[in-house]
Amino acid sequence: MSAKHRLPWITAHPEPIDDARSSAALETHRRDFVKLLGLGGLLVAAGTLGVRRLNAADPLFAPNAEPWEPHAYVRLGDDGIITIICHRSEMGQGIRTTMPMIIADEMEADWATCRVEQAPGDDKKYGNQNTDGSTSIRDFLPRYREAGATVRALLEDAAAREWGVASGDVRATNGHVVHTASGRTKAFAALVATARTIPMPAKERVRIKSPNERRWEGKQMPSIDLVPMTTGTAMYGADMTLPGMKVAVISRPPVWGGKVVRVDDSLALKVPGVEQVVRIPETPVPSAFFPLGGVAVIAKNTWAAIRGRDALRITWDGGPNATYDSTAYKASLLSSVRAPGKAGRTVGDVPKALAGAAQRVTAEYYMPHLSHAQMEPVAALANVANGKVEVWAPTQSPQDARNTVAQYLKVDAANVAVHVTLLGGGFGRKSKPDFLCEAAFLSREVGAPVRVQWTREDDLRNSYLHSVAAHRLEAGLDATGTVTAWLHRSAYPAIGATFAPNVPGAEPDELTNGASDIPFDIPNMSVEICKAVAHTRIGWYRSVNAIHHGFAIGSFVDELAYAAKKDPADFLLALLGPDRVVDLSKAGLVAPASNYGASWADHPLDSGRARRVVELAVEQSGWRGAKLPRGKGRGVAIHRSFLSYVAMVVEVEVLPDGTVLVPRTTVAVDAGFIANPDRARAQMEGALIMAMSNLLTSEVTFAGGKVIQSNFRDYGVTRMRAAPHVVNVHLVTSEGLPGGIGEPGVPPAGGAIGNAIFAATGVRVRQLPVGKQLAGWQTTSSAGVRGGGG
Amino acid sequence: MSTAPISLTVNGARRTFDGDPTMPLLWYLRDELALTGTKYGCGISQCGVCTVHVNGAPVRACQRRMQSVADANVTTIEGLHPTGAHPLQVAWRDIDVPQCGFCQSGQIMQAATLLSKTSKPTDADIDTAMNGHICRCGTYPRIRAAIKAAAEASR
Repeated sequence: MSAKHRLPWITAHPEPIDDARSSAALETHRRDFVKLLGLGGLLVAAGTLGVRRLNAADPLFAPNAEPWEPHAYVRLGDDGIITIICHRSEMGQGIRTTMPMIIADEMEADWATCRVEQAPGDDKKYGNQNTDGSTSIRDFLPRYREAGATVRALLEDAAAREWGVASGDVRATNGHVVHTASGRTKAFAALVATARTIPMPAKERVRIKSPNERRWEGKQMPSIDLVPMTTGTAMYGADMTLPGMKVAVISRPPVWGGKVVRVDDSLALKVPGVEQVVRIPETPVPSAFFPLGGVAVIAKNTWAAIRGRDALRITWDGGPNATYDSTAYKASLLSSVRAPGKAGRTVGDVPKALAGAAQRVTAEYYMPHLSHAQMEPVAALANVANGKVEVWAPTQSPQDARNTVAQYLKVDAANVAVHVTLLGGGFGRKSKPDFLCEAAFLSREVGAPVRVQWTREDDLRNSYLHSVAAHRLEAGLDATGTVTAWLHRSAYPAIGATFAPNVPGAEPDELTNGASDIPFDIPNMSVEICKAVAHTRIGWYRSVNAIHHGFAIGSFVDELAYAAKKDPADFLLALLGPDRVVDLSKAGLVAPASNYGASWADHPLDSGRARRVVELAVEQSGWRGAKLPRGKGRGVAIHRSFLSYVAMVVEVEVLPDGTVLVPRTTVAVDAGFIANPDRARAQMEGALIMAMSNLLTSEVTFAGGKVIQSNFRDYGVTRMRAAPHVVNVHLVTSEGLPGGIGEPGVPPAGGAIGNAIFAATGVRVRQLPVGKQLAGWQTTSSAGVRGGGG
Repeated sequence: MSTAPISLTVNGARRTFDGDPTMPLLWYLRDELALTGTKYGCGISQCGVCTVHVNGAPVRACQRRMQSVADANVTTIEGLHPTGAHPLQVAWRDIDVPQCGFCQSGQIMQAATLLSKTSKPTDADIDTAMNGHICRCGTYPRIRAAIKAAAEASR
């Protein structure tokens, strides 16, 4: 088992690409290209998304322009069109806008001349393309700035050369280079011919802008895909077609590791439009990124394929996982956390501190499996022909996809091309390339382009589910209500079990996703991981373990505040202790002491940042104002994950039937430098709403090894009626190293929603989802326990 | 197929379909007409991403079979406005509503029928009209704001 499959974002941290600042590397790249041109070659690698204009009113891209790439991320046309090549997948986080705005800002490009093209899977050229772990900006901001600044310097050098003046006497500004003394100007477009003949600027000549020179970074910028997304022309994976394409819908083993015993396809083959039925071999457990296998119906259109699949009569052998039952498993997890586990962090002497505590508090929490349930069920189009494999898909990781398809088909990765479409939601599901492998396999079998379409039922029943989890927390308080001991035991099946056999449970390193790396000032701590065997494919889902860590820890701190008879916000601030910066690898964290792939020196645990976001959220939320009436309440929580600090004050209203509404939420975020504030706000809004689904309505359960739920009818998610009316997001202004944005909003929302429900109703929900547990709360709960903040 | 061809109008163009009459309109639009702005999300009218207008009413295209749209007038997101400048489309862009964008065609088509009947929708009107649509990215607060902005702009 490799580390990357325990904590997937670890792979995202620094993998050198051809050094963007290396003149030699760029020079070689450029010369190779010029040579290609000489031979009549060309470089228009039109990605799946093609060239998108930034604004519908812009002049059309001139198709005859000769493009040139002075940098892997930037192509210059003689017509003045600047194409920025986005190497990260767009799934709603806005990277197709944020990356270009950083580069174009540094370049001093005119935004109206910029276009965005999606890079194919080629991590050697573009750097890591695995779009997860909230890494795009936190890993690449310096590279994007350098890319823009390098091209700006190159164009300045070209102008200086043409004018016979020193480079220091010219400067680029909004698409032109100006000679300061004479006032002469030249458009970038007119400099491309000279630029391609001169050396790349030396590293020391490449200067990153100072903050006051920035035009767009850190400011508002409309998203570039707004026109296609509002007119129905944006292209997602399921929208791709090729001439002669077939559609495949697949029946997969309902139990992980199950096998086909017998297939009767006679009825399926009678469905008009069905052309053939193809067996896909089962991949034994652990099936990793490979397809589960099963029986594929190949048809001339999607409807025929769905009908054909429904008409298959298959006898399955479930195998060892056919005993998986969620009720029994929940009991086993709760039993697991009642015994010591492997240490993830040890500070002081917990047993002694607990023994000497004035008050001891214990609570157990449970969170079920969750499905990403992204709105676009996975789909992929593949064409295998003439020894080449080409795939178009909504993949978060075209590099993993390319390598996995190559392994699966036993071909050289050099002969596999993966084109990235827009993703209709990803949330981690589309990091796994099993569906691309299915399409490639079937295209080869059928001898035609094949698009595999998963139905919603397939997506829920054969997914890579978020881990079911149990937590047991025990704390000791002294006579003043100060926490002196913290014992946290967790049990959840490991992501690693999807990739390696006989994994007995998660590794302590998974606790660094928001359980062992918490910012609290407690002298005695023991954070442990207990046994839990996987019986289904476990995968990462937005925020990963921090979802249940955040819920359990956020809830427990609130429980302690009530036990100490203190205001929850005051208690939380006291628990954070004095401002301090901690390298946790030297503070009891068990090796390898991961820090989301970053170094502890760059991103230490900073309790002062945690304190400030809590104070900000509390101040802005009205927490200190009038108490809310019974049935309404506020909850507060803070969580650090993916290197960012997010505090939330959530206000809920619980209706008599137990329905939970979230009318108003205040979010405070310290994520270091934030390149695109509006998209950061949008991520926080979305994280809150996703956390509502996670807590209130969503649950995947198993019986006989099979998923019980089938569709949105029984997999509940948050809808408009329950959605927040006000989400105030306060972003801390900072020039600090960026942290993640896409994921860190989910974990604190879990705790804050639960705490708000308690403040509103006096009911502490510890077993998720909330579901119908609050029905009739007015008659069953005592309002007397309601406390601060409510 | 022995059944008679089905004639209908899609985004102003006359069309004829002679395939499986039980095929949902969704797959006809997507697979036969390449109008892929109408999305597949659940197939059981639980998510709303396939919403189109049939004779002006919002319909889940995954549930409407071809045999039931004979002579009907169908409008998809591609046909909502000739230049994509329906007040809702404009408001959606002004407020930067979409994240992944996948559900937005259906959301806009549903909102368009809401505004055609209710020129100044309240929060309750919006909640009722839009509750059948799922957005997993969580753009609901911005959708509410955009519907109100479009209503304001239309008056």
